[in-house]
Amino acid sequence: MIRLEKRPEPSRHWAYATPVLAVIATMIAGGAMFAALGNDPLVAIRTIFWDPLFNEQFAAFSRPQLLVKAGPLILIAIGLSLGFRAGIWNIGAEGQYIVGALSGAGVALAFYPLEAWFVFPLMVLGGALGGWAWAMIPGILRTQFNTNEILVSLLLVYVAEQLMASMALGLMRSPDGGGFPGSRNLGDYPAAYNDELIAGTGMHWGVVAAFIAVIFAYILLNRHIMGFNIRLTGQAPRAARFSGVKPKMLILFCLGVSGALAGLAGLFEVAGPAGQVTIDFNVGYGFTAIIVAFLGRLHPVGILLAGLLMALTYIGGELAQFMLGLPAAAIQAFQGMLLFFLLAGDVLTNYRIRVGRTEVA
Amino acid sequence: MDLASIDPVLLIAALMVAATPILLAAIGELVVEKAGVLNLGVEGMMITGAICGFAVAVETGNPALGFLGGAAGGAALSLIFGILTQFLLSNQVATGLALTLFGLGISALIGQSYIGVKPPSTTDLDLPILSDLPVIGPILFQHDAMVYVSIGLVIFVWYLLKSTRVGLVLRAVGENHDAAHALGYKVVRIRLAAIAFGGGCAGLGGAYLSLVRVPQWTEGMTAGAGWIALAIVVFASWKAGRVLLGAYLFGGITVLQLNLQAAGMEIPVEYLSMSPYLITILVLVIMSADKSRAALNAPASLGRAFHASS
Amino acid sequence: MKLTSLVAGAALALGLASMATAQDDPLKVGFVYVGPVGDYGWSYEHNEGRLAVEEAFGDRVETTFVESVPEGADAERVMTQMALSGHDLIFTTSFGYMDSTIAVAEKFPDVKFEHATGYKRSDNVSTYSARFYEGRAVIGHIAGKMTESNVVGYIASFPIPEVIRGINSAYLHAKKVNPDVEFRIVWVYTWFDPAKEADAAQALIDQGADILMQHTDSTAPMTIAEETGILAFGQASDMINFGPTSQLTSIIDNWAPYYVARTQAVMDGTWESTDTWDGIEPGMVAFAAMSDKIPADVRAEAEQMIEDIKSGAYHPFTGPINKQDGSVWLAEGEVADDGTLAGMNFYIEGLTGEIPN
Repeated sequence: MIRLEKRPEPSRHWAYATPVLAVIATMIAGGAMFAALGNDPLVAIRTIFWDPLFNEQFAAFSRPQLLVKAGPLILIAIGLSLGFRAGIWNIGAEGQYIVGALSGAGVALAFYPLEAWFVFPLMVLGGALGGWAWAMIPGILRTQFNTNEILVSLLLVYVAEQLMASMALGLMRSPDGGGFPGSRNLGDYPAAYNDELIAGTGMHWGVVAAFIAVIFAYILLNRHIMGFNIRLTGQAPRAARFSGVKPKMLILFCLGVSGALAGLAGLFEVAGPAGQVTIDFNVGYGFTAIIVAFLGRLHPVGILLAGLLMALTYIGGELAQFMLGLPAAAIQAFQGMLLFFLLAGDVLTNYRIRVGRTEVA
Repeated sequence: MDLASIDPVLLIAALMVAATPILLAAIGELVVEKAGVLNLGVEGMMITGAICGFAVAVETGNPALGFLGGAAGGAALSLIFGILTQFLLSNQVATGLALTLFGLGISALIGQSYIGVKPPSTTDLDLPILSDLPVIGPILFQHDAMVYVSIGLVIFVWYLLKSTRVGLVLRAVGENHDAAHALGYKVVRIRLAAIAFGGGCAGLGGAYLSLVRVPQWTEGMTAGAGWIALAIVVFASWKAGRVLLGAYLFGGITVLQLNLQAAGMEIPVEYLSMSPYLITILVLVIMSADKSRAALNAPASLGRAFHASS
Repeated sequence: MKLTSLVAGAALALGLASMATAQDDPLKVGFVYVGPVGDYGWSYEHNEGRLAVEEAFGDRVETTFVESVPEGADAERVMTQMALSGHDLIFTTSFGYMDSTIAVAEKFPDVKFEHATGYKRSDNVSTYSARFYEGRAVIGHIAGKMTESNVVGYIASFPIPEVIRGINSAYLHAKKVNPDVEFRIVWVYTWFDPAKEADAAQALIDQGADILMQHTDSTAPMTIAEETGILAFGQASDMINFGPTSQLTSIIDNWAPYYVARTQAVMDGTWESTDTWDGIEPGMVAFAAMSDKIPADVRAEAEQMIEDIKSGAYHPFTGPINKQDGSVWLAEGEVADDGTLAGMNFYIEGLTGEIPN
């Protein structure tokens, strides 16, 4: 009989090894799927994992694009991971991302066409505040009425989506857009445009913010009392309370930070790569970031790597579509497999596998 | 505006049909959550059920087999989630989301050769006399079989949870898995069964979409119905009867909104579409503010991983 | 700089040899779709156009596509990668790709871009769209003649000019032949949600509509019409499979002739940036076979109208036409200009309700 035995301490060794094993397992299972679809599995795997990084023709372009795609994922996932560590479940980052984008873009559109240095900083503030406020709804409901924050934050995603549709079709609709839905393109408004900081690198303020968030989270978790409280609450809630952690403050802090970061991600996206508020501006970063947070084992550096890996499969997946004619669905299924293997592998970090009869206690 | 052109009888009959897919998925998820498991992969299981049911119905020419196929497809997918979360102790939220991603992909792959195909049709109930009764006839006796199956499932789940030993054990596992384990219940097995049941129901809901409601196969055809099912379970405060109410309310608001438009009334569509979610949040707040009642409803172990030695 | 000189040097060195290989290399044509090719609607029809290009040119072309590409940053990246990987011609098939297409085209002056349904062009970006309102005029006429309840149900997606134009055109021509006709319009706020479209169809039928028109992509409304035994017009594709007795005809998006012609132009070196807004005449707007249920005289009238639109003898928006508030839009004999049509954001006289915003 096979059974699991909890390790006293998570294994460092396995924590590093399992992601690698998971990627290899995915390559095998995914390769089998690609072969079943009539493609050469080795070519498909190479196209997804290798070409975006090293293909002579376009890697120079797609490498920086990894940052563009990974930036919002990392930024959101970092915020979420703080709460997840403390057992506070914000799964509505998608909604906070949307509201952050709406409020940030709202600031820009209110100032349009004023060219002033303070427009962009105000937008950043607006985006963060928007996401923060949207996350405070589940936060306050949780602290005041003990309402489950998982469900409220999820429900608010749908509300945010409807709000965005209403904005794109109504209040924020571009007067020069020929009646089509969608706001002005902020790319045409220099004071508000979140352009690449150095041309050709993909680095825009959102990517910078993501890196800062990684460092900030690392320091917070390892060096700061708040980080200690977060970890303690997650591991031993009762002990945390005895040691003076105020659970309500912690809930508001974690939800607030994750909301603000998600809002920032939305703002940087709408002001930069996306350019405008449209009906379907959100493409699921908020949900994917949850997965990224877990893939990164809720560790800041892990999240950084997980975000980049996720971005790689997106970009490689697109390449596989137009270079090999693989359907988008195959890429989705492939990503699903990768996530399954990564999530499954986590068990080896925290548990030992014992084969044999049940031990006598 | 011509409100008189809205026939309340037809409206109720229409909302029952519109609500059936989300009702089926929601009643399944209710059982899963009652067992203390939060599976956010409902959308993925529904769409997998939609294509499996469609494929089986087309290949066999038999819609009834199609529904079985849909349920089997949903259940099979849910077992991936079950194995990962129950044996390998992965995080339920992340695994559920991954399940949706995988389900959307795999369903589209299976469905590639079924685009533009028309499935065998499912017949509506046609009882002599009863179906022709005014008012009651269209509401109660003119639907396809799955509408009755969905209501039957609600009654079954209600009875199961309330009055049977199986229900008692299921709830015990959802309330406090450590205590249930100490009492000798097989927590993991019970949860796996609940997860498979939830997957089967979601698959049925998906198959209802592809075989009756729409009927056709197209990629991504569930278009978010699985997420609504999740909201309904919460709205229902984990009670089977209220799941029925919630599903009909959600379905009803959609149908009513479309009918009001058809009658020429000006309505802010986006704000009306938000309202069910806002109402659900309100219900949630009222319910949880009353601590004694909250404790009775929400499964205390919801979303927490269980390991026997921990 | 370096790259340019390198390429120039290589070209010099290889001389005619490289010219010869350029001729032998298949032309690479890329397509970017907003939905899955399996939607049996908008993206499906664009993909049919792609297959027609393959059919027409065989080994002389290589076509590729990426499906379900979200508008915005993702679309821009996909287009850039296509351009980098040696595509000569790229079709971007959603309105929301407009700004991305312009931005990418600026970086790749040697690659030709074709953007569907937009209004921004540049030296290497053409736009193309179809005059679906011509088709809607024809089905409006048929609907006006054939409705018995005088209630026509219209399932609309988003309140944008394209959709409003279609409603106006269909209503205008239904009203001309049947002054009592009434249009019931339901906005579903989605291009593709089969269940919701089915619900909308049901709501319209429950309120007395005996003919359905849709400006959404799924076949759900057609199936509901078939089940309830009423009549309907298909959209985007021939939906006869889903409404064998219900479908009167269907307005088909037929991109194949345009795609073939533009590919040929690139091969011949005659490609220029153009603004194409084609209708029935060049075949961009096509019809599915007319149902036998359409009485012979109505069918003859419909076919006459098709001929007249083709020949240019008739424009569907010819005055006198008033706006909904009664003010004059087009005087007697006046023909609508393309600019107004392209940005149409008002109902014509007789339609009830307001355009949501």
